[in-house]
Amino acid sequence: MTAQTIAVPPPARASGAGALQRLSTWLYRHPRLALAILLAPPLAWLGIVYLGSLLALLAQSFFYLDGFTGLIVREFTLRTYAELFTGSNLDIILRTTVMATVVTLACALIGFPIAYYMARYAGPRLKPLMYLGVMLPLWSSYLVRVYSWKLILAKEGIVTWIFAKLHLLWLLDAILSIPVIGGPSLSTAYLGTFLVFVYIWLPYMILPIEAAIERVPRSVIEASADLGAPPRSTFRHVVLPLAIPGVVAGSIFTFSLTLGDYIIPGIIGSSRPFIGQAVYSHQGTAGNIPLAAALSVVPIVIIAIYLRIAKRLGAFDAL
Amino acid sequence: MTEGNLPAVRFVEVSRHYGAVKAVDGVSFEIADGEFFSLLGPSGSGKTTCLRLIAGFEQPNAGAVLIHGRDMAGVPPYERDVNTVFQDYALFPHMSVADNVAYGLMIRKVRKAERRARAEEMLEMVKLGGLGGRKPGQLSGGQRQRVALARALINRPRVLLLDEPLGALDLKLRQAMQMELKGLQRQVGITFVYVTHDQEEALTMSDRIAVFNHGRIEQIGRPGEIYEHPATAFVAGFVGVSNLIDGALAARLFGRPEAVAIRPEKIRILPEGAAEPENAWIADGRIRDATYLGAASRYYVTLDAGGEMVVIEQNQRTGASDTLAAIGRRVRLSGPLGEALPLAAERAA
Repeated sequence: MTAQTIAVPPPARASGAGALQRLSTWLYRHPRLALAILLAPPLAWLGIVYLGSLLALLAQSFFYLDGFTGLIVREFTLRTYAELFTGSNLDIILRTTVMATVVTLACALIGFPIAYYMARYAGPRLKPLMYLGVMLPLWSSYLVRVYSWKLILAKEGIVTWIFAKLHLLWLLDAILSIPVIGGPSLSTAYLGTFLVFVYIWLPYMILPIEAAIERVPRSVIEASADLGAPPRSTFRHVVLPLAIPGVVAGSIFTFSLTLGDYIIPGIIGSSRPFIGQAVYSHQGTAGNIPLAAALSVVPIVIIAIYLRIAKRLGAFDAL
Repeated sequence: MTEGNLPAVRFVEVSRHYGAVKAVDGVSFEIADGEFFSLLGPSGSGKTTCLRLIAGFEQPNAGAVLIHGRDMAGVPPYERDVNTVFQDYALFPHMSVADNVAYGLMIRKVRKAERRARAEEMLEMVKLGGLGGRKPGQLSGGQRQRVALARALINRPRVLLLDEPLGALDLKLRQAMQMELKGLQRQVGITFVYVTHDQEEALTMSDRIAVFNHGRIEQIGRPGEIYEHPATAFVAGFVGVSNLIDGALAARLFGRPEAVAIRPEKIRILPEGAAEPENAWIADGRIRDATYLGAASRYYVTLDAGGEMVVIEQNQRTGASDTLAAIGRRVRLSGPLGEALPLAAERAA
């Protein structure tokens, strides 16, 4: 091509700058090569390290552990997956999925009004403060925060103390005596696990919703009012549908993070295992990597189903 | 007085301030029922704020906005019988074109079948029949503009507010849409309040124009009046191009110390020393520069009496080379005395 053979007169500069300039000119003329050079490292990272290890994990789930020898048999089988549907494993999956669903719903219910206020009403001074308030907990160690919640929720902790001061201990006892979610104290009940999950993952729900609502132009909301819609109709027909992609994004975070977490249920709650803990023990002490792999496929499948349903319901129409 | 005689929109000493900024400053005007009324002015002159005051997105700090005789103080936008075509169209991105158009009917709980029929009817009217199933993102700028128009008209408002609706369109499309909008307004017979900064657009479409500057109205009148008898130097300069002649220069040229505006196309270029025409003013000078515009040429003439005048001459028998050859030539300018438009003394800004 002629464009490549035209010699550019070298600019009268220092030789170092000249070489750099020649290089950038050469890259400018070969945009595809420049793109390849720029994209290769991140793509290699994503493709080999990230997706590659995920595929390796998937492959493991089609092997099985020989119960007599304790060795992994490397041949294709679905018997490990069949094991998922036996009593205790199914309990773990159900327990985790229900917890993740409830945590996600609670995060959405608490997070939406906060995100809505941040995006639509908070002034230029309040908004950064609210961002800070949402993000600040993420700056400190996750373990420290979980352990401090153990103290907060313990029988001798501040929550019990407050209920006592308000002469409402009977209420706390009534809540703790509810079957399944209750227990001896908040820190040893599912209710406590739930509270800490909601606390820990809430920022991941607020931020995407806030971003989605902020993207709705003021004129679109005005147009709805202009066409006769009172604020509650505008919310229902315009703001909410346009915020839903943010809610879905946030719920993917809260849902998958809860599905995979093994620290919170290990520290706070009834000590019955969640998927994360099961994966941890199977690949560690038990040496049953195929079952650990099969268990970690469960969240992937559940998230995929969830996204499929969200798409069906039109959650991404506004994207 | 019957309701039909009431003005569609009436502003009584309306002011809207943002802190120290007076966006609208004591503005009064009336818009007759069925009129095509334009608010013309540069950006920041208060025209869009006036439109938002009518729509109800803003409330006045002082004065009253009346729609069909009813004071609108405290009435929210969704209870006003007006609809708006927004500058950025503000279509609902998650809804189909048909659902966008039918939105007002959906809010009013009109049955689905009727909604669909009327939306299709509106889309036919704006020549978008059959495109109801698309999403706004799949349409061109001009098509989106039509959807916004159909959506605003489906509620059959008594007043339609248009906020620079053609601003984002290219010239050809804009000119075509101007004629269509004007035709549509005649067809539906409702009041149009049209905000624009484009003086040609305002002159083309309006029954009457209000020229805004610094939150105040400089002049209200029919397009001919505004153009031919500008009340202030601002109007003369903003609506079309004008040579503004201050009092001192006017005294030397016409013998009267009164500021005037002269339109560039109302000036003739005569050869040096040409006879004085009757009922005309003359001024001698030298052509400093000239620009060829195609249909016409623009000449910048430095006057011996001081100052400069811009003259536009049609290229009926001349061409580009004649235009350039004229640079540096001494000439005599002349124009009818009646076309030297007297200006009111400039209001202190």
